[in-house]
Order: sequence, then structure tokens, then C-alpha cells
Amino acid sequence: MANSHQLKRVDFIFRNDNDWEKILSNTIKKKPQELINELMSSELKGRGGAGFPTGLKWKYTAEEKSDQKYVICNADEGEPGTFKDREILSKVPYKVLTAMAVCGYITGATEGFIYLRGEYKFLEPELNKAINEFEYYCKDIKLDFKINIFMGSGAYICGEETALMESMEGRRGEPRNKPPFPTQKGYLGKPTVINNVETLVHTFTIFKFGAKKFYDLGVQYSRGTKLFSVSGDTPKPGIFELELGMSLQDFVYEFGDGDTKSVQVGGASGFLVPRKSFKDAAIGFKGKLSGISLPTGGSMMLFNSSRSMYNVLDNYLEFFREESCGQCTPCRVGCQQLLLGIKAVKRGEKPASYLDKLIRLTETMQLTAKCGLGQSVANSFSSIVENFREEMIY
Amino acid sequence: MANKLNISINGFPVEIEKGKTILEAAEGQGITIPTLCYHKDLCVAGNCRVCVVEVEGQNRLSAACATPCEEGMEILTNSLKVRNSRKHIIELLLTEHNADCTKCYRNGNCELQKLASDYKIMTQDFIELVPLKNYSIDMFSPSIIKDDSKCIRCQRCVRTCAELQGVNALSVAHKGDQMKITTFFEKALRDVVCTNCGQCINHCPTGALVEKNYIEEVWEAIANPDKHVIVQTAPAVRVGLGEELGLEPGSRVTGQMVAALKRLGFDSVLDTDFTADLTIVEEGTELLMRLKSALVDKDKNVKLPMATSCSPGWIKYMEHLYPEFLDYLSSCKSPQQMFGALAKTYYAKARNLEPEKIVSVSIMPCTAKKFEAYRPEMHDSGYRDVDYVLTTRELAILIKQAGLDFNKLEPVKYDRLMGESTGAGVIFGASGGVMEAALRTAYEIVTGRDVPFENLNIEPVRGMEVIKEATIKIEKPLKEWAFLDGVELKCAVAHGLVNAKKVMDAVKAGKADYHFIEFMGCPGGCLGGGGQPIPTNAEIRQKRAEAIYAEDGEMPMRKSHQNPEVIKLYKDFLKEPLGEVSHHLLHTKYTKRKRY
Repeated sequence: MANSHQLKRVDFIFRNDNDWEKILSNTIKKKPQELINELMSSELKGRGGAGFPTGLKWKYTAEEKSDQKYVICNADEGEPGTFKDREILSKVPYKVLTAMAVCGYITGATEGFIYLRGEYKFLEPELNKAINEFEYYCKDIKLDFKINIFMGSGAYICGEETALMESMEGRRGEPRNKPPFPTQKGYLGKPTVINNVETLVHTFTIFKFGAKKFYDLGVQYSRGTKLFSVSGDTPKPGIFELELGMSLQDFVYEFGDGDTKSVQVGGASGFLVPRKSFKDAAIGFKGKLSGISLPTGGSMMLFNSSRSMYNVLDNYLEFFREESCGQCTPCRVGCQQLLLGIKAVKRGEKPASYLDKLIRLTETMQLTAKCGLGQSVANSFSSIVENFREEMIY
Repeated sequence: MANKLNISINGFPVEIEKGKTILEAAEGQGITIPTLCYHKDLCVAGNCRVCVVEVEGQNRLSAACATPCEEGMEILTNSLKVRNSRKHIIELLLTEHNADCTKCYRNGNCELQKLASDYKIMTQDFIELVPLKNYSIDMFSPSIIKDDSKCIRCQRCVRTCAELQGVNALSVAHKGDQMKITTFFEKALRDVVCTNCGQCINHCPTGALVEKNYIEEVWEAIANPDKHVIVQTAPAVRVGLGEELGLEPGSRVTGQMVAALKRLGFDSVLDTDFTADLTIVEEGTELLMRLKSALVDKDKNVKLPMATSCSPGWIKYMEHLYPEFLDYLSSCKSPQQMFGALAKTYYAKARNLEPEKIVSVSIMPCTAKKFEAYRPEMHDSGYRDVDYVLTTRELAILIKQAGLDFNKLEPVKYDRLMGESTGAGVIFGASGGVMEAALRTAYEIVTGRDVPFENLNIEPVRGMEVIKEATIKIEKPLKEWAFLDGVELKCAVAHGLVNAKKVMDAVKAGKADYHFIEFMGCPGGCLGGGGQPIPTNAEIRQKRAEAIYAEDGEMPMRKSHQNPEVIKLYKDFLKEPLGEVSHHLLHTKYTKRKRY
């Protein structure tokens, strides 16, 4: 079994002690370097799905020399099956704002943006109220930091950090070439920290309780807690803060309906784990230990035996075909080919062996696509096709 | 060394300059990494992914065009992983592309076709997407045909339209499988801000954007015994045509071109350079008149700076984007249209022909000229002044179809009556050329002396710098021009519409105190026109420019007003510059247009 432990529920994120003012004023009394060290030692990794070490990201941005820097909170929560950021922004917005301001203090940014998913427009009025109050307090403690909301327009790709910045700059949401990375040249070409909503909230936890408390939770390479958006065939759908590193087996015991056939970890761009692999799979970032480690932005979709995995894959691919920005060849054309390909196999127009060609195609997509979208289509495609091949054919 | 990096390419150590991309580093080693969305004229997009290479230690492949080299990088440009991926990508592009190559206008000069051939894509594993797509072809423009079924979505046209031209007629719409290159509200190119400059055609790797060709129409006219078919050739064609016929960029083929045109069956082979000289006389006089109105008559309504009007792409750009400044444009028609108007009047009379029997063809480095000839204003002879406009590329097609061995043709001279020209007419083909030609003439009219530059070469207005400026102080003018004594004539030259915009914005803001500005729609002027051979890039344009100036340097006459045929034209027909006949035939008006 992989590096895992029993499922443990935790309550950091939604615990509202209403002490953000104190945390903010205390935190910015410390030296930026001290705070960066704190973050690094917590081993917090980005919670949007990619898992880049947050302390390192802030450090890189702090080290850049520039007249202007920015902090962006990525609230373009679009991955099918995740709904945690919405909850954070409606329940504990001050934690997010505090974290952004601290990030600004550390990196030298004086302006922050919340890139809010178009469908979350209803959050905007409350969020603006919170921002007003927050900025008022910042003035009070002489912290120069402004926060604006930028409304997204509904494209999934704009959750990709550089596409998000393109969109903010008034252009088409298309991912940029990297390097340069946002920490070097981000929004308007200036060094920018861009973090997922949840990542920012975790930094709040760390600044409040110290890195050790966070580090002590979870397992090696996957420290701390994580919010999970649980959906699908489960009697307990909802949002749960769990310690990272649990085995999928335990997760299914807790959330399954007794007939769980498979779990999609990490949304449409994540992996599908069939029942036979539950006990070998741990939820967390890839480490050097053996076993399957599954990173996730928090989406956990459970499927029971009434579900056709063909339909599930068909649905994902239709999503990708539409939500690819369309600029790079492997993603734009690849997604169309995968979708048409499984349909053709299902109808008997292509032989079953065509599925292997398609898997090789997803390997190319993974190797060559310009951004994470096209690169990760392979995850769900190959994990579904390899584990449920017969459902694809018959 | 601080500015050097040590990397290895395919196992061989290489030392390169810092800041170079993998693509550039490989190029320096004589390794060609295939590309599609990359173009030297444009910013890097990194979206076709054909140029992917393997970098040791990285899981994913990197786009060579978009990845800067780093110290110690070990790059593999042709590993199995790279080859398989690259082949996949070409295959994918082909499924989305209407690969009906034998029926394609770009057959034989298509970057995708070449790649498919290089990588020997002989089978099609994947599903053909073309029949499933609702592709459309826009054939409404008189200049450009846009066939979405041939588009590979590399966005070179979009970047061209935005970066080189600042027009933004073409842009990307929709996402995913629906993503396409289109116009504002998906209207036809005819109905949007498109200037017909054709730079998108020059930068398109496939047949998605091509000129509307009039090859068959011209062959029919030539074959019709009742028609007298004349042809004029623009200055820049003679330094571009060779490239389409297997010669190096910068080859001067004036004489062979004339010989070829005669063998194609044109009844008279004439030169647009002749009317370029005429333009200088008319436009130079117009400028001096405007200066006189401003300086002597103190007329506040006189519009200065005066802007040139030879480039139809530039004219349409002004009509769309600066409609309030149309009066600043010279009222002179372009040399093509002056020629057309004279062909069916002066030439017809002199050769005793009925104008309706004349078919007037022009060979242009330009696609906007096709639109210009089609404008309702351009019927001053009582007929359509120019019947068919062919690009340099189309002329090469005629020559190939006729089976002429171009390089074996003995050079011959243009026919007479509207075939004589000076070096000043030739340099119209390069950015700064109209300015230089105008100054050579205007300065002499005013002072009776040559322009104060060695060998008449006005170097400050030459070259590829995007905006050039020159100031000439007028000293000791002739008596009738005494009011210009001591005046510093301030001139500017801009080429590429994105640079024209910079100058116009300065004019608009009142920050440009120029008297005269030359604007050319295309980078490098006409020699980089949208009808010139493909490929194009700065290096090729530079060679064509050198050829133009060499042509000028060897001409016996280098000042427009010396052209004996122009002198004769005034004596026999026009009487005087800006006279009544000129006004009717050689000058025009412009139309205000909207941006959307």
C-alpha cells in the first residue's frame, strides 16, 4: 500500500474564529523572509491540482525586481466536480483576503485580484462588501493593499493561470508559453503570484497556527489538509476537509453507497480508479514511494455499478472538445479525435484495437500540448479505457 | 563567458548566445526543426506544436520556437519520442484540413503539404473531420479568398493583421473544436475593416488565404482577336518575380519579364513606372501648391502634412480608421490607376484604338490593387480603367503555364508610349521611394538644382527602419518659389500599417509637424507587398530593396520630370500638372468608411 493513513476529518478552513484582523496585523509584523521560511517548512503545495510548492512560488516572486507586482486569487473553479472554492468565498472570505494581503506584503505586491468564475457572479456583492471592510482595515494598519474582483466569462481554460491573465488583460483566454512563468512575467508582464482560493486559505492556517501544525498533518510529500468536493453516487455529497494521504479504500468506506464501482479523482482531468485498485491508491501528491498517488484539486466523483463508464468518458471528452481553447493542435484536434474515436469503436466502425491508437494519441497529447488541459486529457482517457475496455467496446 | 551558454544538440556540444531559442540554436547548427505557426516576421505563438523537441530530464516535450536555451540543456531534435509525436501532430492537422491538394491554389508551395511529404504520412489512421465541419469559403472580396477548410489555425494571419498591420480584421473566435479564424461578427472580408493588403496571404502556410486570381480572364482576353490587351508592370514586380521562377531573392528580371509578357501575347507591354513618374509631377506640384496656400495665402484650411496615396491598402485603412483625415491625402490616383485612366484615353487616341476594345491588365506586387481597380471611382476613362489586376505570383503562373523557360529569355525593352521610365519611378517599389522621387523633382522645380544628396541618393528615407524622417532646407529658390526660402521641408516615411498608425496618431495629436509623409501599407513598401512571392521575411525584403536601388542607380534618367514621355504627355494631352484633364483623369476622391 502506498504512503497512506486512515481517513481523518479536520476543521481548519471553515472554523471561523473571526480573528483575521489579529492574524493579519500580527503576521505582517514578521519579516517576509521569516514568513517564506514558515511556508516552505509547512510544505504546502498548491491546491488547484498541480501541486507546486507555495512557499517557493512566493519566494520566487519576492526575489523578482519590479516596480509593480500582483497577487491573483484563482477563483475560476471550473473542474467538473469541484465546488469547494465557492464555499470558501461565501463562508470565510476574510481568510482569503488576509492571505492575499500577506502575500502582497511578502512579495511586494500592492494590488490583488480575485478572478471569479462567471457562474459565481452571485458571490460578487457579498465579496465586495468583505473587500471594502478588509481594505478599510488595511488602511487602518497602514498596509498598502487593494483587492479587485475580475469576473470570468465562463471558459474552463481561463482557470489555467496564464490563460486567466490573458483574459484579465482583455484578450482571448489562451495559455501562454512558459517560460516565462507568472512569478517572472505574469499579469501585465509583472511578477505575479497566482494561487488557488484554497491554497490561500491554507496559508492563513499556517500563519495562524504555525507551519508545524500543518506539517504534522498528512503524509510525506502531501502535508496538511485538503478540501474534497464529494459527488456522484454517494449518500454524503458535499465538501469535506480531510487530512491528505488517506487511502481511497477508506474514502470509499466513508463516502461510498456500498456499490462503488470506481472513483474519479481530480475531476475530468484526473484519474479514474476502479474498485480493484482502491486499496493501492492514496490521495496526495506524487512521492518517491511506491504505490499510486493521486493528486487532486479536490473533485471526488463516485460511480456505482449502474453507471456506464463509456458514457462517463463520452461526457468528459465532449467537455474537453468544447473547452479546449483551440489554439494548440494536439489538444484541439486530439480531443475531437478521441471523442469520435470512442464513438466509432462503440458503433463497430473501428476495431477494438483502435482504442490502443487513441491511447497512443493521448500520450502525444500529454507530451506536446501547450498547457495542462491538453496534457491531462490522457489521465482520464487512459485510466477509463484501460480499466473498462469492455464497456468501451460492447 | 557571460553571454554564452553551453548546450548540446543531438549529443553534440554547442556554444550559443544567451537568449536564443532552441529553434534558433538548432538553425545555427544546420538542423532544421519543422515549424508551422512560427514566422520570422511575427511574435512566437507556440501553438502548432510541430517543432517539439525533447529536453533531457523533462517529462514533456518543448516547443523549440518558444523555449529559450538554458545552460546545460541536452536537446534531442529527432528522437523517436519526438518523431512519433511530430508525426501524430501532422496527422491530426491533416484530419482537420481539406487536403485536396491537387485542387489547391497553393499546391506545391504549402508548408503543411511539405511536412506531410517529408514525414511520409501515407495513411490516415484518424477520422477525417473535414466532412463533419461546416467550413465556409469567403469569396466576396475582390482581392482575397478565405477558405476555412484549408486553415490549420496557426494564427499567423491573425498575428500578421495585428502586429504588422494593426488592422485586426482577422481574429480568433470560438473555442475548442469550433475555434476558427474569422472577422468581426463573422462577416465577409469585403464588409469589415480589411484593407486587402494581402499580408495574411503572404504569411499563410497553406491555401486558407489566397488572392482572388484572374488568370483565366486574362488568357481569354489575350485569345480574343477583337481585343487589344495591354499590360503594365509595377516597379516591385521586377525584383520579386524571379523568386517564383527559381531565382534567388533580389534577382532583377526586368528585361526577361518584358520578354515573357510579349511571348504571352500581350499586345503592348508597358510600365507602371511611367505613371509613377507622372504621379511625382502631379503629386509634387500638389504639395508645392499646398505649401504655397499655407505659407503665402495663409489659408488655414489647407491640409498639411500631405500624405501619399499610392498604396491602396493604406488608403482603405485611412478610410476606415482616420476618415476625418481623408483631406490630408494627396488627391492623386495611384500609378496603376493613372495608367488605367490614360490607357483608355490618351493611349487609345494615340494608337487610334477604340477604348472599349482595350483590355487593361496590370501586374502588381499587391492584392489591394485588385480592390482599387474595382472601386467605382476608377472609371474616369468612361470604362473600367484597369480591367484585371494580377499579382507577381499570378504572372509567374502565366509564365509557367505558357511553358516559357524564363531564364533563357533575352531581355527586351518596354514598348513605347507609356513604357518609358526613370529611376525615380522604379524606387516607388521600396519604402521611402516615393518620398525620394518626389524630393528629387520638387527640389529641382523650386531651386533649379539637384537635391543636395550625393548621386541623388536620399539615404535618410531608405532602408527598413519602420519610421524614417528627413529634413531638407530649401535655399536660394527660384523667383516664383521665393516664399519657400529657408523653409525646412520636413518629411516622414512609414511602412507597414501598424507604423502608419503611429505616425497618424502623432498627426492627430498635433505632435507631428511634417509637411509630407509617405505611407506604404506593407512592410518594406511594395517590394514586401501582399502579392509578392511567398515566403517573405526581412532578409528577403532587404534583398529586393537592394535590387530596386541598383535598378535606379543604373537608369540613365533618375528624375521623374525628365521622363520624355511624361513631357510629351503634358504637351500633347494633359497640358499642365493639376490642369483640367489631370483633375478629371488622374485625381480622385476618397470614401468615409466605418470600422465595423
